Amino acid sequence: MDQLDDIIINIDGLTFTRSGRYIFKDVSIQVPRGKVTAIMGPSGTGKTTLLKLIGGQLRPDAGRIVIDGQNVPTLGRKDLFDLRERMGMLFQSGALFTDMSVFENVAFPLRVHTDLNQSMIRDLVLIKLQSVGLRGAAELMPSELSGGMARRVALARAIALDPDLMMYDEPFTGQDPIAMGVLVKLIKSLNSALGHTSIVVSHDIQETLSIADYIYLVADAQVVAHGTPESLLAEELPKVKQFMQGLPDGPVPFHYPADDYMPSLMHPEGRR
Amino acid sequence: MRIRTLELGVGAFMLAGLLALVVLVVNISGLSLSAPQQSYTLYALFENAGGLTVRSKVAMSGVTIGQVTAIEIDQEALMARVEMKINSDVDYLSYDSSAAILTAGLLGEKYIGITVGGEEEMLTEGDYIDDTQSSLVLEELIGKFLFNKVNEE
Amino acid sequence: MIEMIASLGRNTLARLEALGRSGLFLFHSIVAVPRFRSGFPLLVKQLYSVGVLSLIIIIVSGLFIGMVLSLQGYTILVDYGSEQAVGQMVALSLVRELSPVVTALLFAGRAGSALTAEIGLMKATEQLASMEMIGVDPLRRIVAPRFWAGFISLPILSMIFSVVGVWGGLLVGVDWLGVYEGSFWANMQASVDFGEDVLNGIIKAIVFGFVVTWIAVFQGYDCIPTSEGISHATTKTVVYSSLAVLGLDFLLTALMFGDL
Repeated sequence: MDQLDDIIINIDGLTFTRSGRYIFKDVSIQVPRGKVTAIMGPSGTGKTTLLKLIGGQLRPDAGRIVIDGQNVPTLGRKDLFDLRERMGMLFQSGALFTDMSVFENVAFPLRVHTDLNQSMIRDLVLIKLQSVGLRGAAELMPSELSGGMARRVALARAIALDPDLMMYDEPFTGQDPIAMGVLVKLIKSLNSALGHTSIVVSHDIQETLSIADYIYLVADAQVVAHGTPESLLAEELPKVKQFMQGLPDGPVPFHYPADDYMPSLMHPEGRR
Repeated sequence: MRIRTLELGVGAFMLAGLLALVVLVVNISGLSLSAPQQSYTLYALFENAGGLTVRSKVAMSGVTIGQVTAIEIDQEALMARVEMKINSDVDYLSYDSSAAILTAGLLGEKYIGITVGGEEEMLTEGDYIDDTQSSLVLEELIGKFLFNKVNEE
Repeated sequence: MIEMIASLGRNTLARLEALGRSGLFLFHSIVAVPRFRSGFPLLVKQLYSVGVLSLIIIIVSGLFIGMVLSLQGYTILVDYGSEQAVGQMVALSLVRELSPVVTALLFAGRAGSALTAEIGLMKATEQLASMEMIGVDPLRRIVAPRFWAGFISLPILSMIFSVVGVWGGLLVGVDWLGVYEGSFWANMQASVDFGEDVLNGIIKAIVFGFVVTWIAVFQGYDCIPTSEGISHATTKTVVYSSLAVLGLDFLLTALMFGDL
């Protein structure tokens, strides 16, 4: 890997199980500082779980997640909350606080973590809203926004404190093409303008390829491949090829593991 | 504006709670606000103090002037000794006042009724009321009544 | 048979684990007393939605329960010629028993279920998680103000219930059935003691407030974040808090009045 020089997150030997099933098994991932790193993979491979592990909302069964020299799983409650002030996360649903206006949503992190006065908070919030193009919507309530707008407001909220690390959880899912294009542009431009590190979790290949500097492909609880977008596209490994080109069947089977089809049809009482 | 109605609502709510507490204290439990009232202690020995309880009222001509604070057996006299606190402003109970255990209505509570006598000297802290009349015990009353009937025949 | 015992054990363990989790949860939320400057507006807001908005149902129920008590009491007492004791009967049963219990049950249905659903929905829409990621403890920001609001509101509602109930009793007993007003009040005041009756009733309400709000916020926080999970949690809130209130009421009554 070519950007080994400056690593902000170093995940080493990460193992995480949920009800006896491996979500991650001895996974190692390095995230370079100031770049856009994408974690890709089929649905259900625990990509969101990975973000929650990095944010310290879940604890791994084994392994280290080191952010700037701090090992997240061993941090105490206080240190963890301090660390989170330096992270921004865009949730899949946007997760705006429904009882506050757009303005208050974006102002929320500022009010909690800074002692700025009202007019400075107002200016900052308007700057953030302007950067996602929604300054005019400041007085609306979240229920009045479309899905794409809600996600942009959530993005403005996530960058309110100018975090060192931005995490995007499936930012493109369920968006119409226009909103998707806006988000792609925003993630890219915010990353270069604010100079933070971005982690994008997604399975939308085209959009992710267009913004990512480096890609990890996760499947079956393991990193299947990693590299720059170009090198992954050229990859001949069947698993990678199937995912990158969106083939319905291949090494990742179309069918969920089951016993033999014919016998289970003939003898329904044999199963359960 | 929304904030105003919110704060006004909560303020009114708290006020209503306080008001309810005052009503509970003053109107419903009848606790006098000028508590704790100055009082002095008197004792009385009764043959039978059945039905009387701690907190029963002590009244004179139907006006409450104090309350019962303790009921126990007097070891020497082997009678019920009732301790009562009388409000300090009632300082005109003469030495020969009498105390009786009365009932308010047929099913009502027992209380002590005090009747003032004619002596010059007044009862003070720790004195005993000598002239006492015990509770009416229904069984005894019926027994006497039947006994009289039998005697008449 | 073995299967039955095993499932019993599994159930017990799960219950115990939930109890432990809720205890820990309560500890964290209570330790997270809202800081005065930033916490106070949040508390006011919750007092409004938990307390003020429950007023109507409390006042209406209190009025009707007081009226019914008065009517029923009168028809019984009049047989013994002591209908003037109706005031004391209404006041004692309200202050000692009915106000805290009925208020707590209504509160569980009106405010408790709303708290559970609100927090559960916040969890389902990732609002709690995103708040955590912003670096704000949702226990402090979301749960603690709601808990304190419920804890403060219930005793107040219960006192209001008592007063309105006695007023309802007065309406029926004095204005309609013709009990003499003077003896209505005099009997009441002679028999209701502040320390023994009123204060004990308030203590009951405080305990119920604690338990009902605890159950409500915990069920919301601990629910499975799906629509089914939220509806299940809301049901659990109402069922558990009703049972807890009735059970605790017996316990408290035995402790308070048992030796009389």
